[in-house]
Amino acid sequence: MRIATAAQTIGPFWHLIDDTGLADLTRFGAMGEVITLIGTITDGNGDPVTDACVEIWQASPPVSDRFPGYGRSGTDASGTFRLTTLKPGPVPGHGNTQQAPHIAINILARGIITRLYTRAYFEGEALNTTDPLLGMIAEPSRRATLLARPEGSTVWRLDIRLQGDSETVFIDI
Amino acid sequence: MSDIIGFRPAAPGSQPSNDTPSYGSTRSRHPLRPAIAFPHSLTEAAGPVFSPLHFPPNADLSVTGGKAAQGERIIVRGRITDEDGRAVPHTMIEIWQANAAGRYRHPLDTHDAPLDPHFKGDGRVFTDAEGWYQFTSIKPGAYPWRNHANAWRPNHIHYSLFGPGFATRLITQMYFPGDPLLALDPIFHSVPDEAARERLISRFDLAVTRPDHALGYRFDVVLRGRDATPMGI
Repeated sequence: MRIATAAQTIGPFWHLIDDTGLADLTRFGAMGEVITLIGTITDGNGDPVTDACVEIWQASPPVSDRFPGYGRSGTDASGTFRLTTLKPGPVPGHGNTQQAPHIAINILARGIITRLYTRAYFEGEALNTTDPLLGMIAEPSRRATLLARPEGSTVWRLDIRLQGDSETVFIDI
Repeated sequence: MSDIIGFRPAAPGSQPSNDTPSYGSTRSRHPLRPAIAFPHSLTEAAGPVFSPLHFPPNADLSVTGGKAAQGERIIVRGRITDEDGRAVPHTMIEIWQANAAGRYRHPLDTHDAPLDPHFKGDGRVFTDAEGWYQFTSIKPGAYPWRNHANAWRPNHIHYSLFGPGFATRLITQMYFPGDPLLALDPIFHSVPDEAARERLISRFDLAVTRPDHALGYRFDVVLRGRDATPMGI
């Protein structure tokens, strides 16, 4: 059996492959509830992470010619990323379980050698109470790090803290 | 949906730790608490699909605007497989690199080596039905960074790969054989297992080398393989 190739950092110059169009998952004409997912990434010193690559992936709504399911945004001078997408629905879980609506997130940056993986859930979703992943996180304050909060009717904010107090819950992938 | 098949966990020592103090930028950017274990669901087992129609390939970084870039022209060829040796077909690979002088075309790169008007440094290729890819470029130069006293990154080309699932996403770097800077590089040495590090080094390949045109290097990448059994609980 072969062994998977090791990861290495994306480094500070990954913007050479950036394409701002990737930050809009509705650019091919996908229909649905359009939302903006924004957030600010801070490090263990509380400083903004201004050179990160934030990737999202969602299995819901299903990928089609019009909905790629994948998006990418750099963080700006304030450490903020911004993605336009469709609000996901529930996703089948293992067995007969259902997962609450969520968006998968990779954080890649200088100083991050192998991607950090987490998820954005939506505050107030009824299915959050029975979601298998949220159910594994006992402390409410830790669970809250995965809950995006509404800012107005279409914007959802999920700030991400890489290290320290109120550190985001990351998921082993 | 109880029969999602996830991907195998990393072999011990084969992947780097984000807690690597010798690489200074990790110190305030690595989580202190362990990641929580969660079996791959549809979200992690499925992944994006990219079409060359939306993402046009650019397999020649050595020419920009019809003019040849400065430097030693190279051809890089390799095969993308999973851990079971199965080809990963029609998957997108993004590449980016410094120019021959060791300078990125990027506003944050302040190294005083010259930019090359005929070298941009980004490319995109797709594997064929058997998992093979190839691109032409110029050999990137080494460049200084401020990680420690007299620190220089070894020559490298950045790779971004996707594979069949979000769990197979891989960002890595390809290095060159015989580079004396590898022994000193904390990013390369963030991978604990020596054999796993060695697999990040391409090898010179006369069969890829094109007479009177460019030296050839071979660089294969292995993406995670599927678990043998469904993750159903």
